[in-house]
Amino acid sequence: MGRYLSTLRIFWIASLTAELEYQANFLIELVATAGNLVGSIFVLSLFYGRGQSLGGWSWEGAMVVLGVYTLLEGVTSTLLQPNLSTIVAHVRTGSLDFVLLKPIDSQFWLSARTVSPWGLPGIAMGAGLIGYAAWKAGATPAPLTLLAAALMLVASLLILYSLWFVLAASSIWFVKIWNATEVLRSVLVAGRFPVSAFPAGLRAFFTFIVPVAFLTTVPAEAILGRASGPWLLAGGAVAIASVVLSRWFWQFALRFYTSASS
Amino acid sequence: MPGSRLTPAPSGKALDRVWLAPKPVRMAIVRAQGLGKTYRVADKQPGLAGTLRHFVNRRERTIEAVRDVSFSIEPGEFVGFLGANGAGKTTTLKMLTGLIHPTSGTVEVAGCLPHRRQAAFLGQITLVMGQKQQLIWDLPPLDSLRVNAAVYGIPPAESRRRIAELAEMLELGDELRRPVRKLSLGQRMKAELLAALLHRPAVLFLDEPTLGLDVNAQARVRSFLADYNRRFGATVLLTSHYMADITALCPRVLLIHEGRLFYDGGLETLTQRLAPCREVRLELHEPMGADAFASYGEVEAIEGREVRLLIPRERLTEQVGRLLADLAVVDLSVSDPPIEDIIGRLFHQGALA
Repeated sequence: MGRYLSTLRIFWIASLTAELEYQANFLIELVATAGNLVGSIFVLSLFYGRGQSLGGWSWEGAMVVLGVYTLLEGVTSTLLQPNLSTIVAHVRTGSLDFVLLKPIDSQFWLSARTVSPWGLPGIAMGAGLIGYAAWKAGATPAPLTLLAAALMLVASLLILYSLWFVLAASSIWFVKIWNATEVLRSVLVAGRFPVSAFPAGLRAFFTFIVPVAFLTTVPAEAILGRASGPWLLAGGAVAIASVVLSRWFWQFALRFYTSASS
Repeated sequence: MPGSRLTPAPSGKALDRVWLAPKPVRMAIVRAQGLGKTYRVADKQPGLAGTLRHFVNRRERTIEAVRDVSFSIEPGEFVGFLGANGAGKTTTLKMLTGLIHPTSGTVEVAGCLPHRRQAAFLGQITLVMGQKQQLIWDLPPLDSLRVNAAVYGIPPAESRRRIAELAEMLELGDELRRPVRKLSLGQRMKAELLAALLHRPAVLFLDEPTLGLDVNAQARVRSFLADYNRRFGATVLLTSHYMADITALCPRVLLIHEGRLFYDGGLETLTQRLAPCREVRLELHEPMGADAFASYGEVEAIEGREVRLLIPRERLTEQVGRLLADLAVVDLSVSDPPIEDIIGRLFHQGALA
C-alpha cells in the first residue's frame, strides 16, 4: 500500500510538471467550463421560466443535479480522460507490454498514471454550485446528510470510473474504441437533468442499463437530505458491483492481449 | 565436487552416479521445454471483394509461430537469439517475459512461471525493445526514472546511486535532464536501457536494442551490454539483426527458423556447420577454363585471370598444395565467408540446407 501511495505521488508530480508548461490551457479551460455551465443553467431556466418544473424537482434541486454533473465532468477531465484515453495508444503501439512488466497492478497504473489540472475549474465550480443551490433549497448540513452525500458522491465517481474503464479496456479487441467513449460522454450528458424528468422508458434505461441515475440524481437527493435507505443501499451496491466488474473485465481482456505487432 | 568421490557408495548403481557426475551443478535461470505458440489469424483476401467475402464468411487459419522449442540458459550467460523476421523470436521472448501464454510446453524464468506475472518475477527481469519505448515523450528521462524507482520500490538514495552508476557506464549526463523528444535516437536508446536496468534485473531480454542506431551508437550500446553482463553477472538473451552485435557479444547462439530451434551452441561451430567450405581466391598467370578446376573444388566465379573456388575445410591444405604444384599461380588467398553473409544468405533464401 505504501508503495502505491509513493508511486501515485511520483506519477502526479511528473504529470503536473509536464502539464503546467502550458499555462494558457488553464485560462482556456476556465473560460470553456464557465461557458458550459452558464449554457446549462440557461437551458435549465428555459424549463422553469414558464412556471413548469422538471420531473417534480424544484429549480434549486435541479441546480444541485447540475452541480453534481459539473463536478463529475471536472473529475473526468482531471483523471478519467487523460488516463483512460492512453490505453488505446498503449495497445496500438504495444507499450502496454511495459506496463504489464512492472511489478504493480496494471489497472492501477493505467487509471492513475497522470493527472491533468485542467479539470479543476470544473470541480471547483461544481462544488460551488452544489453548495449554493443546496443552501438556497434549504438543505441543512446535518452530519447524517453530509455522510450520505459524501458516500453517494464517492459511489457515483466509482460508477463513472468503471464505465469509462470497461469501455477503454475493450480497445484490446477493438483498437479504434475512442469514438465509443465519445458516445458514452454524450449519454452521460443526460445526467445534467434529474432522471425523473425523462419518460419512463428512458428512466429505466438510465437507472438499470447505463446507471446515469446513480451518477447525479441519487447524490443530489442525498445532498438535499431526501435520500431514502433503499436508494442509498442501491447506490453503494451498484458502485461496488461496477468496480468488481471493471477489475474482472480487465483480467479477462488481458487474457486476449497478445500485443500489437512484433 | 572434491568430496563426492570419497563418499562410500552403497551400491554399484549409486557409485556410477557419483563418478559420472562431472558437470558443475548450476541451476538454469531460463528454461524452456517443448515451448509452442499457435495463433489464429483471419484469412482474408486483399481488395474489396476479399473484404466482403471475409465479412460474410470469416475463415481463420492457425499459424504455428513457435514449435517445440527447448533450451536452458545458465546465470551470467550471454546468448544471441537469431532468426529471420517472423521466425518466432519475438513470440518466444514474449512467452519468456510472460506477456503471452504458451500454447504448449513450459517456461521457467528465475524460478517463476512468467505468465503469472508475480511481483517476485517481474522484479528480476527486464525487456528492452528497440522499436518500443517506455520513457515519457515530453519529459526528461529522469522523471521516468523516478517513476520506475517508485514502482520497483527502490529508495530515493539508492536509486540516485544506481542512476549515477549506470549513467556513467552509458556515458549519459545532461541528456537525462532534457525532454526525451529532444534526444537523438542513440541517446534515447541509452536512456531506455537505464530505465530498464534501474531495478537491477537478473535476466535481460533485449529485442533489437540497436535497431536503427548508427555504427558508433551501436558500438557503445554493445560495449555497455558486455560491461553490464560482466559487472553484475546478469543473464542476457539478445536478438539483433546486426550480426556484429552477435559476434561481439554472444559466445552462444540460438538459431530459430520457422518456429523451430535449429541450432543451439557456439558461434564458431555454427559457422562451420553452415559454411563447410572455405573460399580460395587465385590469381593465375593466364586465363583458364572452368573445367580445369573441377578436380580441386567447386568453381564459384571466374573473371579473366581471377578464379574463386570453394573447397571443403578438411581437404583444404591438400587441394591448395595441388593447386600450387599444378598451376601457374601468381597469388592465392584463403578466407572464411563472413558470418554476416552466411546467415544473411540463410535468412534471405528462407531455407536451410
